[in-house]
Amino acid sequence: MDRYTLMLFGGIGAILVLASLIGFILRLRTKGAPNSVIDNLNARINAWWIMVLVIGVAFWLGNAAVILLFYAVSFYALREFLTLTPTRRSDYPALVAAFYLALPLQYLLIYYDWYGLFSIFIPVYVFLLLPILASLGGDSTHFLERASKVQWGLMIAVFCISFVPALLTLDIAGFEGRNLLLIAYLVIVVQLSDVLQYVCGKLFGKHKIAPNLSPSKTVEGFVGGIFLASLIGGALWWITPFNPWQSFLIALLINLLGFAGGIVMSAIKRDRGVKDWGHMIEGHGGMLDRLDSVCFAAPIFFHLVRYWWT
Amino acid sequence: MFEPVVANLITSAARMVTGARSLWLGCAPTPVQRIYFANHSSHGDFVLLWASLPPALRKLTRPVAGSDYWQTSPVRRYIINRVFNGVLVDRERKDPAYNPLQPMLDALENGDSLIIFPEGTRNPEEGLLPFKSGIYHLMKNHPEVEVIPVWIANLNRVMPKGRVLPLPLLCTTSFGAPLCIEEGESKEQFLERSRAALLALAPEHV
Repeated sequence: MDRYTLMLFGGIGAILVLASLIGFILRLRTKGAPNSVIDNLNARINAWWIMVLVIGVAFWLGNAAVILLFYAVSFYALREFLTLTPTRRSDYPALVAAFYLALPLQYLLIYYDWYGLFSIFIPVYVFLLLPILASLGGDSTHFLERASKVQWGLMIAVFCISFVPALLTLDIAGFEGRNLLLIAYLVIVVQLSDVLQYVCGKLFGKHKIAPNLSPSKTVEGFVGGIFLASLIGGALWWITPFNPWQSFLIALLINLLGFAGGIVMSAIKRDRGVKDWGHMIEGHGGMLDRLDSVCFAAPIFFHLVRYWWT
Repeated sequence: MFEPVVANLITSAARMVTGARSLWLGCAPTPVQRIYFANHSSHGDFVLLWASLPPALRKLTRPVAGSDYWQTSPVRRYIINRVFNGVLVDRERKDPAYNPLQPMLDALENGDSLIIFPEGTRNPEEGLLPFKSGIYHLMKNHPEVEVIPVWIANLNRVMPKGRVLPLPLLCTTSFGAPLCIEEGESKEQFLERSRAALLALAPEHV
């Protein structure tokens, strides 16, 4: 790891120590009485320690480990998505192709740096293959709906998430060998925006911003969280190829996309009648609950950097 | 001597593929004698239900399975008899004088818990088939045993009938509240009520 990465993880560690300390003090102040908000806050902070640790180890091991890590992330996200979207028995071949063909191939293409194919593999080739496979069963009930569900799952959980490790494939002049920091920038800014929206919402939230789609999101949380996270994004310009202004504006854009992602994914959850996508991350819900914002931010961030900086 | 290892391998694989999340909604995972009755859509049903129990309860709990399927090959015989200590029942009733419930009654007499599928066969569709009456007779003979409905969700998508490669979708097993036969309740009424209690545990389909 280089000096920048170490400084970055040192800073994240310091923030987490502070967060754990605040959680501990809040816990003491309730004098052992159960408080669901504080218990959930502490569960979230503990989960953050583990997530940062896992990402830290992957960074330390290098690019291949980071690609492998996001392969696993995509797998868990895809499984949560397809678990909640019912399909029929004749979708079995399409689902097999999704888990055992599209998912590994997408990450293999990223590992081999084949931009021309990984950027269209799922939206074009898999898009055509899946309904062909689904039609083999000869079952026309809800056909379009079923085909769309599998395609959507792959787009969100595999295609969009894979653009995080795809940042490793970009050749940016003067930024060689430091692409892992672009991943760190994207993930830190978008996740901090989620955290700060949650904190601002809990402290100052009064007006719901989308009561039917995501009842916990407020106007105050939206404005405060996104503004603060964009400021931090601007302040992180030294780990990016951007200047401070560019860094602020890009952070603002990916935070807005992340917010929209949270709303869209929440709408799907509500329609399916659940609060969380899954249960694998204590206090947060499922993998997709933690990553809904990253799904929407990653591909746009990738193409923005690719268009203007390579 | 290898049986515990094989059992461990099979349950670990089942838990890894499906996530095997157990929800104890109506009862706690305590080591009392029970009959778990569940919906049946896949040969993996009893494996997943068994794997969803805490290890201490697994030792006490035996799956009930059809001998017509499980006696047909050495591997199946080994798995059902040696690994899972299953109770095999004769679904075809070759000998009309013999009570097909006898092996289950013997097991209950012995203090074992059972896993049964009152639909009698795998149901490839949504919902539940009508229940066979065996569960009612078992309860009449052993009113002291707790009877727990267990809904196994999604396993029919993980392993559809006739497919080999499992899909890694998440499965949940929901354990409901114990049932008993009420005063003056007829066999048909009880079977219908237990079927409704099991269906009530199923996640709602939109």
